Amino acid sequence: MSDSRPVPALPGRASLGAAAVPRLLRAILPGLALAVILVAIFILQPRAMSYFGLNLLLNLSIPIVFATLAQMFILTVGDLDLSVGGMVSFVATVSVTYLAEQPVLGVAILIGAIALYACVGALIELRRLPAIVVTLGMSFVWFGLAVLVLPSPGGRAPEWLIALMAWKPPVIPLPILAALLIAAIGHIALMTSSYGAILRGAGGNARSIARAGWSMLRVRMTLYALAGFMGVLSGLSLTGITTSADSNIALRYTLISIAGAILGGSEFVGGRVSPIGAVLGALTMTLAASFLSFLRLSPDWQIGVQGAILILVLALRALINAWSARASRRRAGTAAP
Amino acid sequence: MADPTVRLTGVAKSYGAVRALAGVDLAVDAGVCLGLVGHNGAGKSTLMHVLAGTLAPDSGSILVDGVDRTAGWSVAAAHAAGVRCVFQELSLCPNLTVAENARVFHPGLRGLGWKRRAGRLIMDRLDHMFPGHGIGAGDTVGDLSIGRRQMVEIARAFTVTDAPARLVILDEPTSSLDSVAADQLLDAVRHATREGIGCILISHLLGEILAAGDRVVVMRDGSVVADRPAEGLSRDALVEAMGSVARPDAGAARQTADRAGRAPMASAATRDRRGREGLTVTAGKGEIVGLAGLAGHGQTDTLLRLFRAAEGRRVAGVSVEAPAAFIAGDRQTEGIFPLWSIARNVTVRSFPAVRRRGLLDPDRERALAEEWRRRIGIRTPDVANPILSLSGGNQQKVLFARALASEAEIVLMDDPMRGVDVGTKREVYDLIRAEADRGRCFVWYTTEMEELVNCDHVYVFRDGGVVADLPASEFTEQKVLQSSFEAEGAA
Repeated sequence: MSDSRPVPALPGRASLGAAAVPRLLRAILPGLALAVILVAIFILQPRAMSYFGLNLLLNLSIPIVFATLAQMFILTVGDLDLSVGGMVSFVATVSVTYLAEQPVLGVAILIGAIALYACVGALIELRRLPAIVVTLGMSFVWFGLAVLVLPSPGGRAPEWLIALMAWKPPVIPLPILAALLIAAIGHIALMTSSYGAILRGAGGNARSIARAGWSMLRVRMTLYALAGFMGVLSGLSLTGITTSADSNIALRYTLISIAGAILGGSEFVGGRVSPIGAVLGALTMTLAASFLSFLRLSPDWQIGVQGAILILVLALRALINAWSARASRRRAGTAAP
Repeated sequence: MADPTVRLTGVAKSYGAVRALAGVDLAVDAGVCLGLVGHNGAGKSTLMHVLAGTLAPDSGSILVDGVDRTAGWSVAAAHAAGVRCVFQELSLCPNLTVAENARVFHPGLRGLGWKRRAGRLIMDRLDHMFPGHGIGAGDTVGDLSIGRRQMVEIARAFTVTDAPARLVILDEPTSSLDSVAADQLLDAVRHATREGIGCILISHLLGEILAAGDRVVVMRDGSVVADRPAEGLSRDALVEAMGSVARPDAGAARQTADRAGRAPMASAATRDRRGREGLTVTAGKGEIVGLAGLAGHGQTDTLLRLFRAAEGRRVAGVSVEAPAAFIAGDRQTEGIFPLWSIARNVTVRSFPAVRRRGLLDPDRERALAEEWRRRIGIRTPDVANPILSLSGGNQQKVLFARALASEAEIVLMDDPMRGVDVGTKREVYDLIRAEADRGRCFVWYTTEMEELVNCDHVYVFRDGGVVADLPASEFTEQKVLQSSFEAEGAA
């Protein structure tokens, strides 16, 4: 391959620029939603605009961010994971019991949980089962195991975990630092690494990936293992904050993680995912809950408001899509002889 | 003399009772462009899938450089041996960028800076093959037009990293390219062969095959029937070779009734992919009209337009005067209701006729199904049995019964005889003729040449438009092939 070939002027490039505008709009939509809700909170409660305020506001966001990333890895290949909440609850119960008392056994159980996730991925791939059914079944398995490990609420998280989650880094509050770090790592793993391209390609056109000689089994197992790893981190960070656990502590995480990932620009069709967007979506979902308390509304409305935000953002996205489709039709119309 | 790059000997492949390949011998030398032609079902695509490693042959051997590689021949082995395939259906990942799609093809593109290297690899090829292509390495493939996607896919097949490109198979590569890009592609193919790469070019445009090919191979019914140098070969000779030896018996040729002065029951104007107007398909009372041509050239689309118009929707260029029924060709996915009984599968199109006081009446349902079981000869002891208890041919008969039991006067058939045994076919042909004589009208898309002799009129499709209207008296296989394979620009 010669490097000396000059890049020729490309006459057709201009028309592609038009497709980039709606894509850019879609990409900034999650950030926009977060900014809007943050500004609304600051207006209602200016004291939230401080290191301490943000820390308090976003305290519970870290486990939700991890759970959303877990969901996003599953969405990458076009599947849906209904067992995130169960898995996170299980990890939480293990971390306040085995991990605190017998660390070696505790770590082994957590590694086993990740391996089980990878096996679920293998099962779905090999038997061509619908992921939504398998993971729904697995959610009962996880919750059942969680009840076995911790029949009644209680336990105590390991001190190092509590200390880690209580850490106050200088200048930037921990939840924001964690979100930045997670977004960066997720972005590198999925969007810029060379195997990440294969993982996303598998969601876009699995047959083409298989025809190029890649193992779809390995792809699915990798993604499920990554999701399992994120689930473990979610459970650990959750118990670090709450210091004790309950067998259905993360019951709501399944739906919140789906909502957060979709809010962040992921789509159910597979292959269209965004780690940075997923982090932003998870933060938005967390803030939506706090927003209500500032409005002095009953927490009963929480799910409803989270749903309303989701619908609003999806409606905006649909509008952008319709607009870009119309624009491209118009372009095609003028281009025809 | 050196061994050919790839040689197939005696390769056979069957799908159930259907023999897709019946012992094919084929050799491709380095630096040779081989043109491959054949009508529907000749076995071209199956052969390509065997070469690419996506299908394992039932018997026969695959030799690379004279070494037998049949055992363990897979996609990865084919790739390592330098066999590249551009399949007819696009196989890029639409959600990835052009550079990332190049990466999918090359396991070696990894580590820091892979995106830049992958981008340069594919852009160099694109600049080389399609100057002025207007594609950027960072463009998402889904945002590109079909033609540009095809360019990316073709260029990708010629990119080289760790495994060499030695044999590139192009299956209908020009189908979505404009004429400028198609010429560029043929130039690039000639250029590649001069560099010692072997090419297999599959196309229905015979002009292209003759212009770019060094040798032309003609396939028919799963075998190679001709293998000649392209030099001195004419289009007519190719068309001649593609037709089957057996002549339709003279008695079968039907006399076409004079159409003048009769209003058609259904008509649909056609337009090809480049926007040129084609002939209009018309079908009158009591007529059987055949839609012919290569698969996927607009026949099913025309049937669906007719069906939509019959449902009362407004469809441009289509007029339909009577209710229509549709008989699906893909039985399993769009024909039968697999969980229902035979009787329910027959009567689902006729619920108004078997209803009493707004509810389905099991007795009437049964009576109607029973009547059609007798008339059409569905081989089952009881119409209450599940539909899946029937053989494929009998399931297809149920679909015919569904259409014929209804009030529909126009029956649209979407290649319904795929994979049906000969005995059943004959019974159904007779039935269609009998129903036509009663005044029903049939619009019949078929991929099998022999079925066209049952038709009063045959319309040949190419690129979405009708290019020939053959009354039964003028119908010959030769003419259908001639029209299906007309070279670019000749029309």
